[in-house]
Amino acid sequence: MSAYRFLVNGSPAEVDVPGMRRLLDVLREDLGLTGTKEGCGEGECGACSVLLDGQVVDACLVPICQVEGRIVRTVEGLSLAARERGSLDTLQEAFLDHGAAQCGICTPGMLMAARAYLDAGGGPDEEPIREAIAGNLCRCTGYTKIVDAIASVAHVDA
Amino acid sequence: MPTRTLTPGTDVVERALVVDPGQLAPGRAAGFPLRREGPAKLTGEAKYTDDLVVPGAWYGATIRSTEPRARLIAIKPDPDVDWSKVVIATAADIPGENLVSSIKDDQPVLVPIGGEIRHVAEPIALLAAPDRETLRRLKGRIKLVTEALPPLFDPEQSDHVFAQYEVNHGDLDAGFAEADLVLEGEYRVGHQEQLYIENNAMIAVPGEDGGVVIHGSMQCPYYVHKALKRALNISSVQARVIQEETGGGFGGKEDFPSVIALHASLLALKARRPVRMIYERHEDIVATTKRHPAIVRHRTGITNDGRLVAQDVEVIMDGGAYCTLTPVVLSRGLLHAGGPYRCPNVRLSGRATRTNTAPNGAFRGFGAPQTEFAAEMQMSRLAERLGLSPAELRRRNVYRLKDETPTGQILRESVAGEEVLEQAVVASHYERVRDRTAREASDRLGSGTIPAGSLRSGDRRIANGIGIALAWHGAGFTGSGEVYLASVASVELTADGRIRVLTANTEMGQGTKTVFPQMVAGELGVPVDWVEYPPQDTAEVLDSGPTVASRTVMVVGGLVILAARRLKAEVETRNPGVPFHEAFRDDARTHGATRIDQKFEPYPGITFDDATYMGDAYPAFGWAAAVASVEVDLDTCEVRVVDVIAVDDVGKVIHPVLCEGQVEGGTLQAVGYATIEEMKLTDGRYLNDRLATYLIPTALDAPHIRSILVEAPYSGAPHGAKGVGELPMDVAAPAVVDAIHDATGVWINELPATPERILAALTDAGDANRGAAA
Repeated sequence: MSAYRFLVNGSPAEVDVPGMRRLLDVLREDLGLTGTKEGCGEGECGACSVLLDGQVVDACLVPICQVEGRIVRTVEGLSLAARERGSLDTLQEAFLDHGAAQCGICTPGMLMAARAYLDAGGGPDEEPIREAIAGNLCRCTGYTKIVDAIASVAHVDA
Repeated sequence: MPTRTLTPGTDVVERALVVDPGQLAPGRAAGFPLRREGPAKLTGEAKYTDDLVVPGAWYGATIRSTEPRARLIAIKPDPDVDWSKVVIATAADIPGENLVSSIKDDQPVLVPIGGEIRHVAEPIALLAAPDRETLRRLKGRIKLVTEALPPLFDPEQSDHVFAQYEVNHGDLDAGFAEADLVLEGEYRVGHQEQLYIENNAMIAVPGEDGGVVIHGSMQCPYYVHKALKRALNISSVQARVIQEETGGGFGGKEDFPSVIALHASLLALKARRPVRMIYERHEDIVATTKRHPAIVRHRTGITNDGRLVAQDVEVIMDGGAYCTLTPVVLSRGLLHAGGPYRCPNVRLSGRATRTNTAPNGAFRGFGAPQTEFAAEMQMSRLAERLGLSPAELRRRNVYRLKDETPTGQILRESVAGEEVLEQAVVASHYERVRDRTAREASDRLGSGTIPAGSLRSGDRRIANGIGIALAWHGAGFTGSGEVYLASVASVELTADGRIRVLTANTEMGQGTKTVFPQMVAGELGVPVDWVEYPPQDTAEVLDSGPTVASRTVMVVGGLVILAARRLKAEVETRNPGVPFHEAFRDDARTHGATRIDQKFEPYPGITFDDATYMGDAYPAFGWAAAVASVEVDLDTCEVRVVDVIAVDDVGKVIHPVLCEGQVEGGTLQAVGYATIEEMKLTDGRYLNDRLATYLIPTALDAPHIRSILVEAPYSGAPHGAKGVGELPMDVAAPAVVDAIHDATGVWINELPATPERILAALTDAGDANRGAAA
């Protein structure tokens, strides 16, 4: 065991765990950040998507030893600024308005993939949005309203 | 009441059901309340079962068979292991009956010593350990001693019949005698996995009273409650079941949660501490229920002018190793097997049998997607033989008002088959597109990779096709089901002036938590935020029936509306001249709490005879049409579903955004069923038992889905709603396969229509054409 230090949603974190412990377990069990979900444990469903230095990764495939000194962003950190004002951020609001979340289990991962797309300057066109969330499975929505929600925010940002 | 069509962006839903738009933020969801638990889901605050922290909880695992059929001789924990630090539970530890309560008493909670193992994932023993590492290490150290028995996998060869039904209508022989054309067809569909993204999960906490409290992912808390009472031999009070946030169900969390709750409970009672039983994806796919595979055979008589005169349909369903919900799945499948078409002479016969695979169970559509796929393929093939447009043949036969179904049910109202068909034809420019794809196909014919086949010639690699399908879906439970359920839903004005809707109906993404308060608020004339929807906890709510069969809005929503009306009347009677929304707080202070328990009353004029299978099989039907456009790559035979227009008559749209969400999601599950979702088996074992190998559509696989909502209200429900969840699942798969035929000229009679099956059909067609030319 050794201690790993990194930033989670802007706050420093330190965990003393085996280096091969999954980032997903560190987030959910050691840090209590259960917003990140497990759907398959093998990098297929994207429910555990988080941002690692701004890139979307499946937290079930990342050992904590690779996170040392890096920046992790989870769904809990998506709207830190907005939540201080008691509200959702523009992306979360768009999901709510468009009906893009149903059962909600894919939603945190979907939001992180969308956030990375928008942060990289992604626009409102449908194909690149679908490409950006192709690693995130949703069984409820048929994706239509998710794509619409992301596109609506891309419009706003542009 | 007239039929209306809602196109996206219009707002024609009666204001009576809508809260004052002024109470909502401007521009939000077009005047309808936002998903109530939405913010919690969007911020990660929503707690699903595996998110719950339970101090002192151990982790539970299931020791399963690895053989499809065997006699269990002994369970042998490795003598070299110190088992004192963990807990093992077997059938000997079951305090009550060793049965998972369901329709038939055939499934044990755990196979007893000497008992028969009936499928490869059958639970034999349970293990709980303080940590996951110990659990993983020791799970493999429990050996099963068995004696192999010959397994059986072909449902047609099985003589153990779970259920069989036959429906006869008219004179079949006379019908075939009148026919100008008789067409036979055999269609096959395989297992489909619900693939909710949250795996099954359950936490059992032993109570001080000898009972158990269950926290879990489930559709039907009272099903679990009943199962606990029976197998654990505990009282209604000792068994307490609380639904936690549930990450999708689609039928997959209808009956299986009883199994996992019992397993977790047995371990918790033995270990005397909470036990978490959280399935990983692999285990969830291997062990839990799937959509029933089916073989459907049609023999149809039709006249030259396209009038159905005889339908003889045989349905065989594979129930898997235990009965679970099979009889009712077969029943619904069979009752829908003729499709939404008038035919004077019909025989529908069906049986479901036992095989040595994991039990099959509920999945959105509940038997109807299987049989309606077959019925629709048969209709499209008949249209081809008669030289009619598939839309036109459906137009000539679709049920109209006052028509009679095979069970002798007269369709007295709320019949919208024509409406959804015409809406789909118009919105898709169906006939124009079909003319174009036909021209393209005739240009291709006679050349290409396979001579005389329809594979490509020159450099045009993509063939376009358009397909259509029509469906009906019986609203609510089949036959007398709702009468037996006798659901109770409540609306309560508490002594401290709060308004609460109390039902056991769960939120699993479809919007229960949003639409129930919306409907009650609309009735009471108060803002939706004033109406609370407490958790689905058997200690708090009465049994309003399971959250299945698209019945929540229709049946329980109806009860909730009636309860709200009675509450309003009581309060306004006590406070003459004061409207409810001004009176209720003072009324509560003065008179204390008022609670209205609304019990289900049979729908007026609806009768069904379970013995003869005649009468009103459903109080009303929902109607759906879909038009799919596909591109088929003629080199690889890959299919891209480009768009689907889905037209669904739901009786009454309560919340357009949530309703569209149901149509879009159901449509994509049906597209997956049609194209890529295939469970492969060897010796009763699923080969593609991981998410890397069982594929569901991604955002890139998904077509553009445009939903058009139609309202043909049902007068027996106070709001007119007929349910929406399952309807879209019935119709998109045959539309896609019809479109593949339009593109390639070949019929795919087995789902999914994989590239392999399309290539094989094209090759056969090419061979046949060459034979004909020679």
